[in-house]
Amino acid sequence: MTSTPPTDLAVDARGLVKTFAAQRAVFGVDLQVRRGEVLGVLGPNGAGKTTMLSMLATLLPIDGGRASVLGVDVARDPHRVRRLLGVTGQYASVDENLTATENLRLFGRLLGLPRAQARARADELLEQFGLTDAAGRPISQFSGGMRRRLDLATSLISHPPLIFLDEPTTGLDPRTRGQMWDTVRGLVAEGCTILLTTQYLDEADQLADRVAVIDHGRKVAEGTPEQLKSSVGSSTLQVRLADAARTSEAVGLLRERAGLAPSASPESGAFSVPLTEPDGAADVLLLLRDQGLSLASAALAKPSLDEVFLALTGDRTTRTETMRTETMRTETDTSTEEVA
Amino acid sequence: MTTLTDPAQAPARSWVDPATTAPAPTLRETWEQTLSLAGRALLRMRRNPETMFDVVVQPLLFTAMFAYIFGGAISGDVSSYLPLLIPGILGQTALTACMATGTQLREDMDKGVFDRFRSLPIARIAPLAGPAVADLLRYAIAATLTILTGVLMGYRPGGGVLGIAGGWLLVVVAGWSLSWIFTWLGTVARSAQAVQGISMMIMFPLTFLSNAFVPVDTLPGWLAAFVQVNPVSHVISAVRDLLNTGQVTGEVGIALLGCAVVVAVFAPLAVRSYSRKV
Ligand SMILES: Nc1ncnc2c1ncn2[C@@H]1O[C@H](COP(=O)(O)OP(=O)(O)O)[C@@H](O)[C@H]1O
Ligand SMILES: [Mg+2]
Repeated sequence: MTSTPPTDLAVDARGLVKTFAAQRAVFGVDLQVRRGEVLGVLGPNGAGKTTMLSMLATLLPIDGGRASVLGVDVARDPHRVRRLLGVTGQYASVDENLTATENLRLFGRLLGLPRAQARARADELLEQFGLTDAAGRPISQFSGGMRRRLDLATSLISHPPLIFLDEPTTGLDPRTRGQMWDTVRGLVAEGCTILLTTQYLDEADQLADRVAVIDHGRKVAEGTPEQLKSSVGSSTLQVRLADAARTSEAVGLLRERAGLAPSASPESGAFSVPLTEPDGAADVLLLLRDQGLSLASAALAKPSLDEVFLALTGDRTTRTETMRTETMRTETDTSTEEVA
Repeated sequence: MTTLTDPAQAPARSWVDPATTAPAPTLRETWEQTLSLAGRALLRMRRNPETMFDVVVQPLLFTAMFAYIFGGAISGDVSSYLPLLIPGILGQTALTACMATGTQLREDMDKGVFDRFRSLPIARIAPLAGPAVADLLRYAIAATLTILTGVLMGYRPGGGVLGIAGGWLLVVVAGWSLSWIFTWLGTVARSAQAVQGISMMIMFPLTFLSNAFVPVDTLPGWLAAFVQVNPVSHVISAVRDLLNTGQVTGEVGIALLGCAVVVAVFAPLAVRSYSRKV
């Protein structure tokens, strides 16, 4: 393919398949990212996000289907595709033996910048990512957040029009996470197209124009965060009973008597009820009072992506377990090494 | 969010039109990328000086040890053994020095930075060739120290300065060529330990079943036959010719040809398995 047909798709993947030793990691996923858009790929651990990104980034051979990046076929023209991409993997991929400056200069040189330009670009990125003070330190002394920032900075050396971010904030503390979000927004403002993966629903909600939800290697839903939320109903009533032991009784009651589909939350004693109309909340509350189920609290909210996700991917218990573990990991010290 | 992406507001970016970019790196780009990565490998050596232990200690230790243990038995006395021994040690150290190439590459490949090399628009061979080029320094150190130790012990190479330079160069070239075998091993083996283990199994027969330490005519026929086809024997014979007589004999040609064949076979194999590695 010598001439590229004009396309406003930055990524166009159809029926992507990847099989690892009889295990299907990605199975028939279609993915389209428009230019200038942020597409969030949302899925729990092991859903196939990294595998999908690796195929699109020419890091893994594609077993089935086809993909193109800015009109360039991934399987046929991997070198051209690599020129268009900035890839930031799930685990920092910078050289531990070098300092931050040396890393940026090395990768600048590898990307074909002349020596002076590689130096200038390195200084510029160190400044932009607030790493100037740490520029001369070996990476082994960097905190998790600093590593991530350097990693992202390294992906931006050549001003790639398309950026892949694989779980950019997993393992970061909330403050560093917020900084990373700001950085991503900055890139969007500069006109970059971004494909990011995340396990966090609020992250997808915050950053993505559109979200593709994947689970067990398949795409289970796609749309704007708003569309996904409205697919579960217009609002959710979150209820906590005074007597936690009676939760399942209440859930059963609402299911049978009101035809609703309440779902129990991981915290004991709480459940949420998707409603088509916010007004339906009054009926639910009345029904509960009639049965002598007294409330600890009740709140009417727009459904969170969390609930969307639970509704879409089913199997609640295992899923929520994963998510809680992940959340706990986020809050732990981030200066520890992030190795798989 | 979408409002931010209004193209009218977006500042001009250096946009790469995919159609105008080359479908593969040019030879010149490949060379420059290899040099950049060799520079990285040299920095790595400087930060981890313990990785140079083998090429510094082994020449000193082995030369002295072998000379005093075998010298009397094989050649009557130490100084008449040295012309036979020094080229042998040179061949042996070149081989052990390049054995470390594979182990270190494997360790390096298990770190995150290799993922980035793989995602960059660079020649696939550059991440392998870079360290190989940097390792020339190791072979140079090993060869220099071995010759110096020999000279200190009384070795007077008959080939003179040119002969010494030629022998030295051949050792460095042979080390670099043979290192591609271990580079390939590094890309196929599962772990650095595995590379180490397999390398040992290759290294011992190649060095000890060669003419490195004893004249071939003292060996039983079947062993002599193997020793004569062993490429390391040819490298050592060639180095002997260069060091002791200063003559570029047919052995030098055979040794260089052998080196070329090794690179031609193992470099493509290494690149292929590296590109496929998940
Ligand atoms: N190199 C590999 N070999 C075998 N199985 C793999 C490999 N990489 C990923 N997998 C499997 O593929 C599935 C998807 O993994 P991954 O893409 O890493 O998920 P995610 O990034 O969404 O957490 C998992 O079940 C994982 O165990
Ligand atoms: Mg992943």
